[in-house]
Order: sequence, then C-alpha cells, then structure tokens
Amino acid sequence: MSRKPRLHIPPAPARPGADPDFSYIDIVEAGSVPRPDPHTRLREIPNSLIFDMVRVLDDAHAPVGPWDPQLDPEELQAGLRFMLETRLYDDHMLRMHRQGKISFYMKSRGEEAVSVAAAMALRPGDMLFPSYRNQGLQISRGRNLADLMNQCLSNSADMCKGRQMPIMYHWRRGNIFSISGNLTTQYPQAVGWAMAAAIKGEDDIAASWIGEGSSAEADFHHAMTFAAVYMAPVVLNIVNNQYAISTFQGTAGGERRPFAARGPGYGIPGIRVDGNDFLAVYAATTWAAERARAGTGPTLIEHVTYRVDAHSTSDDPSRYRSKAEPQAWPLGDPVERLKAHMIKFGQWSESRHEALVAEITEQVASAWEEACSYGTMAEGPFLDKNELFEDVYRDMPTHLIQQREQMLEVDRWGEEN
Amino acid sequence: MPRMNMVQALNSAMDIMLDRDQNVVLIGQDIGYFGGVFRCTDGLQRKYGEHRVIDAPIAEGGIVGSAIGMGVNGLRPVAEIQFADYIYPGCDQIISELARLRYRTAGDFYAPVTIRTPCGGGIRGGQTHSQSPEGIFTHLCGVKVVMPSNPYDAKGLLIAAIEDDDPVIFFEPKRIYNGPFDGEPDKPAVPWSNHEKGEVPSDYYTIPIGRADVVREGEEVTMLCYGTMVHVCLAAAQAMDVDAEVIDLRTLSPLDVETIRQSVEKTGRCVVVHEATRFSGYGAELAATVQETCFYSLEAPILRVTGWDTPYPHAFEWDYFPTKKRVSKALEDVLELA
Repeated sequence: MSRKPRLHIPPAPARPGADPDFSYIDIVEAGSVPRPDPHTRLREIPNSLIFDMVRVLDDAHAPVGPWDPQLDPEELQAGLRFMLETRLYDDHMLRMHRQGKISFYMKSRGEEAVSVAAAMALRPGDMLFPSYRNQGLQISRGRNLADLMNQCLSNSADMCKGRQMPIMYHWRRGNIFSISGNLTTQYPQAVGWAMAAAIKGEDDIAASWIGEGSSAEADFHHAMTFAAVYMAPVVLNIVNNQYAISTFQGTAGGERRPFAARGPGYGIPGIRVDGNDFLAVYAATTWAAERARAGTGPTLIEHVTYRVDAHSTSDDPSRYRSKAEPQAWPLGDPVERLKAHMIKFGQWSESRHEALVAEITEQVASAWEEACSYGTMAEGPFLDKNELFEDVYRDMPTHLIQQREQMLEVDRWGEEN
Repeated sequence: MPRMNMVQALNSAMDIMLDRDQNVVLIGQDIGYFGGVFRCTDGLQRKYGEHRVIDAPIAEGGIVGSAIGMGVNGLRPVAEIQFADYIYPGCDQIISELARLRYRTAGDFYAPVTIRTPCGGGIRGGQTHSQSPEGIFTHLCGVKVVMPSNPYDAKGLLIAAIEDDDPVIFFEPKRIYNGPFDGEPDKPAVPWSNHEKGEVPSDYYTIPIGRADVVREGEEVTMLCYGTMVHVCLAAAQAMDVDAEVIDLRTLSPLDVETIRQSVEKTGRCVVVHEATRFSGYGAELAATVQETCFYSLEAPILRVTGWDTPYPHAFEWDYFPTKKRVSKALEDVLELA
C-alpha cells in the first residue's frame, strides 16, 4: 500500500438525486447523558457531554433523564407560542419577499428551539449577540413583530434608518445586539461585553450564536481564547444546522469530532445538545448560564439541528443537497416535538393549537398592516434621505455636511434639467 | 513645567483618564505588569489594578473585538496594538464593526474605543516594525485618525481621543517617542527635554481632534505633514532657507481643510510629506483636497514626498525614508516649478 498524503475532501452527505444520509450524526437515547453540577471542574466533566448528545424528550415525547428542566405548563405554552410566532413570522415574510414587498429574507424553520428556549432560559438583562437566523430571540423577548417588519421594509420606522439589509435587526432596550453580515464578529464582542460585566461586578451575562460554518473564522478562536483566559461570563452557541449555504458541516471541520469538542481544547466545557428538543436546549442553556453567572466561566454549546429551508431568498438548496433531506432529518421538528409532549401530558390539544395558529396568523397579518402604514418599498412615508449622513460620527463633521449639500444640489440640478 | 518625552506624555494621559473615569480600561499585549514594550503604560497596572490595565493574548482581532464589546457595555477601552504592522488581524473588527456600529444601528449602539498603535520607520525595524498604514484607516467612515508629532500634543490629543464617543485610531510615531528627529540619520539623537513641546503640564488638558496646527508660518510654500515628518519638514525649510509654512495636521480624519485652504491660498505652492507609500496614499487625498479648494491660487503642481511604493526595506531605510535631503530637494523643485 502506498503511504503518501492525499488531499482529503470531506464527502457531502447527499447531493441532489442521492438518498439522504444522516448516519454521520450519532444520536444517543434521550436521558442517557449525565448532568454534572454546573460548577464541576472541566477535567471532571464527562466526555459524554461532548461526544453524545444531551436529549430530554424521548421518542414517545416524554421527558427523561437528569437534564429535564421540569418547566411548568405556562412556560411550555410560552415556548410553543414563541416558536410558532417565529415560524409564522418567517412564513409571512417569505411570502412578502415572493410578492416583491421586501428585498431579502432568511427563515429559521427547524431551528426555532435554538433561539426561543435559550432566550427563555436567560434573564432579560443578559445581553444577546445573535447571528442572522436568531429571530426567535427577538420574539421571545417580546419584540413587536411590526418593529421587525419595519426593519425589513426599510420604512420610516426602521430602527436601522434604512442602513441595513433586511433581518439585520437590533434592539437596545431588549438587550439584543446588532446583527452583522461579517460572520462571527459578534463572538469576541460578546466576550468583551461579558468581560466588562465582570469588571463592573455585575451579574448579567452575555450569550452569542454563530453557525457551525462560521466557527472556522478567526474570531471564533479569538472569542474562545479570550473567554477562557478571562473566565468571561458568556454562553457561546454554535448552531450546527449542517449547512453554511452549500458548505456542509464536514467542510467546516466537523467531520471527525463534534463542534462541541472544540471547547475543552480551550479550557471551556462543551455540550452537544439536540437542538430540536426545546427542553434540552433550555436545560443546557440554564446549566451554562448558571456557570457564567456564578463566575465559573464560559460554556460552548453545540446545537445539532437542521436548516430546513434555503439559506436565504437568494439561495436554492436543490442545487447542492437532496430534496428529501428535510423529511429524513432524524431529530424531527422542534415545534411538533414540543407540541406532542404537551399534548401527551394533557397540557395542550390539537384544537388549542389550531386556535393559537389562527391567533398568531392574525397577529402577524395585523403587524404587517401596521408596518406598511410606516411605509413600504413602493409607497411612503419614506425615510428622510438627509439622514444618510447621520450617525457616521456622533457629531456630523464638516465634510459630511458639505457632501449632504452636494447631494441636494444634484437633486435641484436634476429638477431644473 | 514638567518635561516629558512622548512616552511619558502618553502615560500621563492614560494615568489621568484612568483616574478620572472608572470606565476607562486599557487592554493590549505586554501592557500590564511589564508596562508595554515602549513603556507607555509603565506603572499603570500597579496603580489601577489588573482589571483596568489588562494584559491580552497575542490576538489583535480579539483585542479589538473584545474592546468593542466592552465599549458597548459602557466602558471606554483603550486598546494597544503593539506595532501598527500588526493591526491587520484586527481589521475586520475595525473596518466592519467598530467604524460602522453607530451608523448601522442608527445611534443605538456605539463603542467609544481608542486604538493606540506605534507606527512609522527610522528605527531599523524592517518591513514588520516600520509601516505607516494610516491611509487604510483614513479611508474608513466612522473612525477618527490622529497622529501627534510631539509630547504636548500627544497627551492632549490622547485625552481627547479617550473622551471621544467615536472610535479613534491613535498612531504614535515611534521614531520620535524619545526625541524629535529631523530626518538626518547620521546626526546624534536629541531628547525632548530641550524642545518647547517637551514641556507638558502634569494636569488634565485636551487638544481638540480635527484641528491642525501651523507650526511655522511662511509665505512661499505650504508643507502638509504629520508625525515624524513635521520635524523633517521644519529642518528642511530651515536648511534651504525657504519661507515655508509648515502645517502639522495632527488629526488626519476628519481633516482641518480650512487651515490648509488659508495657507495654500497665501503661499500658492504645496508639498505633501508622509512616510507611507505614495500610490493611493493619504497624500493623494491631501493633494486632491488642495486642488479642489485652492486651484486658482496654485502656482505650481503639488508635490509629494513619501515612502517609495515598495515594502519597507531594512537595509535601504534611508533611501526609502523621506529624509531631510529628500524633502529639501522637493522644496527646491516646487519653488522652481511653473
């Protein structure tokens, strides 16, 4: 046998036309991973947290094992509601894109639990540094849907004043940071925010989300290093939805070890969690938040989930993956799983579910109506173009005042000619 | 009046701000216990503690990224990048994040970060310890760019930078940390102690960002410069006995166009001098600004004396560097032209 290096190209699980193959994902029985005390030293945390998978809901939708967060029915109903709001908001906005009402959109179907359960497990004062598929964070913190829509419309009530493409929300009052198109930049920023909280002696913590694809960015390494060095009170999440546009998780470096395994290399515990299990995400986040808030240090959580829809409205996944993949995904759907769990224990019913879907559908429609009253891409009221020059600096410097005047001069010239 | 070199003046500025504002923190490589490789933060960790003068891992992207997060959480971080040559791994955080955060959030979030970094050549530092990358940052919208030329200005400008709610890239010309340099490499080094700008009040004061300083008045030609080149220009003007007006820009962005305009309208000639390479450099912006605002006053083409368009050469430093000799020749040329 010849022994020489050969460039290894990680094989894709299922290209178009092939049968879906998720055999590369090891899925253990729900309830089989032990739950160490959150203040356990890194070396004593069992490897099963990284190499197995924290799961609470079993195949019969019953909560099993030590990670069951034992949420009361009201909390479960709130979680289900926020996930449904996220999903129906997404569906509405995709339709609005198809109708040409907004220029771009990104859905989070299948990944709702990753955002919603985490937001519910954290405190309102905790600062969230989201990626672009975390709209569930906004919704779980009570964001008015019209505010999100205003941003996507770049209308007169857009919190970004028309300066960001759709979905790049922020919410100062809700403690949710601004979304950047440059991936993973929010990770070291979240660590810095957490370092500042520790410097000031405050017990609010930070949390951030990236995709498994962007864990390859240098800022992942920066964030992990700084978080470990300073024991920053931060929860760092990798949403492993298997795809970064067409780049499957193997190309991102996930072929031989789970992304959660990157934590211990930095001195940070990792947890691999069933990201479609609302209860498991809630439990893992609670564990990590308790560590962070008590000064025990940061945690890296890998959420194993699946991006059911396209990366964005500019993407066509049928060009690079099997169309049958979403149905074959072995961890199911987070909304359906939580719903089945609640029904099983008499806390929910099909009819209540239908009523809730109808109610949220109405809520989304009326939010859209409200948002459009602040202007659409076609009809005003529009943003004042003079504001194009605001907020570059706190106070507008002379050259921007001059450039604003030059812009208006062109308009006047145009009207006269 | 106390006498300080630029290192001591910068140290004094940070000392004062750490004392006045609990939210000021310093972060950078080797800045804490050791006091910085150029000693700019000497003694500050001992005085203010490890939580306010923070030794950082060797990761410029992490230093800038975490400083942004600290700034968003109410602190006023002063990050040190050990050499400007090493700022590039931090550039995504500077360009895509720090510079644009206020804009992209319509003012809801901002990070009042100051990034201090030693720049420039003349120290036999070769291509990785001599660069002048200011033009990369003056090209950004949303950061201010400052480069002092003496201890007095350095202290006042750094305090102003730290107090500024906008991000400031604060370049420190390391060739003149310990004394002015007139661009004659064979002459013995001189200290700041004999220079009038080496007189530095020990108390708080600021020099406003955005204002140039006319350091020598003249009628024949305007010399636009900053950092080490201010001293080279002054020496060349004196050596050539030219009635040159020398403007120390101090703030490169936003630029004090009015001071430049008044000068060039008076002199009708202009020489731009910087250490950085020429093509697409900051001097091109200065030349364009001068011709846009003073075209009908100009009596000669605007000349540029800059580093050549090569990487910074170790062995040929004094052929590359805008020395007194090179600047002197440019003065002769600009006066003979047209």
